[in-house]
Amino acid sequence: MRAETGTTSVKGTVIAQLEKVAREQKRTLAPLSDDLVLLDSGLDSLCLAIIVARLEDELGVDPFDSDKDAEFPVTVGDFVRLYEDAAR
Amino acid sequence: MQPAEPDSLWAALSDARPLDDRTLWGAEASVSLGDLVDGSSLGGALESLRDRSVLLAARDQLTAALALIELDGIASRVVLCPPDLAIEHLPCVAATAGVDAQVSDGAADVQAPGVATFATCTPKIAPGACDRTARHRTEWILLTSGTTGRPKLVAHTLSSLTAPIIGGARPAVPPVWATFYDIRRYGGLQIFLRALLGGGSMVLSCPEESTADFLIRAGAHGVTHMSGTPSHWRRALMSAAAQRIAPQYVRLSGEIADQAILDRLRARYPHARVAHAFASTEAGVAFDVGDGRAGFPAGLLGRRTGGPEMKVEDGSLRIRSTRTASRYLGDADERVADADGFVDTGDMVERRGDRYYFVGRRGGVINVGGLKVHPEEVEAVINGHPRVRMSRVRARKNPITGALVVADVVLDAPADGGVADVEQELVRHCRAALPRHKVPAAINVVAGLGVNGAGKLVRRDA
Repeated sequence: MRAETGTTSVKGTVIAQLEKVAREQKRTLAPLSDDLVLLDSGLDSLCLAIIVARLEDELGVDPFDSDKDAEFPVTVGDFVRLYEDAAR
Repeated sequence: MQPAEPDSLWAALSDARPLDDRTLWGAEASVSLGDLVDGSSLGGALESLRDRSVLLAARDQLTAALALIELDGIASRVVLCPPDLAIEHLPCVAATAGVDAQVSDGAADVQAPGVATFATCTPKIAPGACDRTARHRTEWILLTSGTTGRPKLVAHTLSSLTAPIIGGARPAVPPVWATFYDIRRYGGLQIFLRALLGGGSMVLSCPEESTADFLIRAGAHGVTHMSGTPSHWRRALMSAAAQRIAPQYVRLSGEIADQAILDRLRARYPHARVAHAFASTEAGVAFDVGDGRAGFPAGLLGRRTGGPEMKVEDGSLRIRSTRTASRYLGDADERVADADGFVDTGDMVERRGDRYYFVGRRGGVINVGGLKVHPEEVEAVINGHPRVRMSRVRARKNPITGALVVADVVLDAPADGGVADVEQELVRHCRAALPRHKVPAAINVVAGLGVNGAGKLVRRDA
């Protein structure tokens, strides 16, 4: 589920940011798949916090910042879907 | 050596050095101190202010300075209104201080309620003899610059204010002092009293004047001693007019002086002694550090003969000395000092080797997923980069960790290759020096950063 170059899909943006922050934070990222559990991805909470902040700047949405108690994403697929829904 | 504790500011001033060749320069007018021997800035109203609790609400610093010289020892209490005092706080300040007289310069738009006696202060000295016999140890009330809510009224006396100055060596050549501060705040008042008791003259700043114009004016009057906050100095160094002064002594106080600003001042003014002082309105001046290094020697902690006693408890610096304020007016519940007489400054310090370093304010901590970050410690690292003039680190709300650290940065000169490269370079610079959670998640280059009336960096989200 690697982002195709040139696409501006939400999924592509999210995946690119996961990879970028992992690189910056010198984390070894597990091979990404929809079923990969976020906690097993190699990204810790500081990485996820940075990713969420960057995605808010890039996509203009913060799916966690809503009144309804959004379910916390468990897998990479959940995480991507959260952004796809919010950006709709 | 300077004389022992003075009866009044006027007595101390007259003892220091002949008055005729000493001057206070404002932006629009100036006054030779000698003119006050047989003259007054209060136009014959001085006697009517005797024994009163006087609200000093002048717009202009020069008129405020003249009134202070004349009122100490005469009034029972003087409340020093800073120029940016919000008008809605005035009734409360006046009531708390039992104000029954007001001195202003006519330009002031504030008028305390329920005041019977009004006097106008002007830099045009009216000739006429004045009885300057001191009958009071006048209480000097300083207002703390609270970011929100009403200001606190902090009570000092001339002796607590001048305790850091008394006994110091008097310069051989009369000094010319200048400060970016307003003299109605503790930092500025210290400089004003140093100028007066040290036999010097002083150049007073003006809020309408640009940093460059003030530097040019100070330079024209031959400033020898100059003080300000690190933020003031960072601004000054951004101005070409920084070359217009050639001080012997450069002083920083009011904020943490990091190594970068000390080094830059030393490079800009190679002949000056560069010193940073620790002081607060409540605790008074605790110490000066003159070795050119940030922080202070661990040896300063503990008891020092005649000087302030310092200790570190729960990470914050505590001070006990004769220089501390006596109390807050009107706040029966709130004490300046604890039962043992120590003032908790709220400034957090950390020991590294044989030195203590200031890391930030207790209330300013950013919590990143349970890990604490003081904005100031990150700013110190960013400011150490050669391209950076000043920076502000703040919290950005985050749903995962509660907050993240982000930084706004003012560069030394415009970035040629676009700001993105510089921002990336600064992030790398921080990564090399800080643990992960303290590295800003974003660094934004901005055109300027706000400095408030007290000369401190404006912090909103921190």
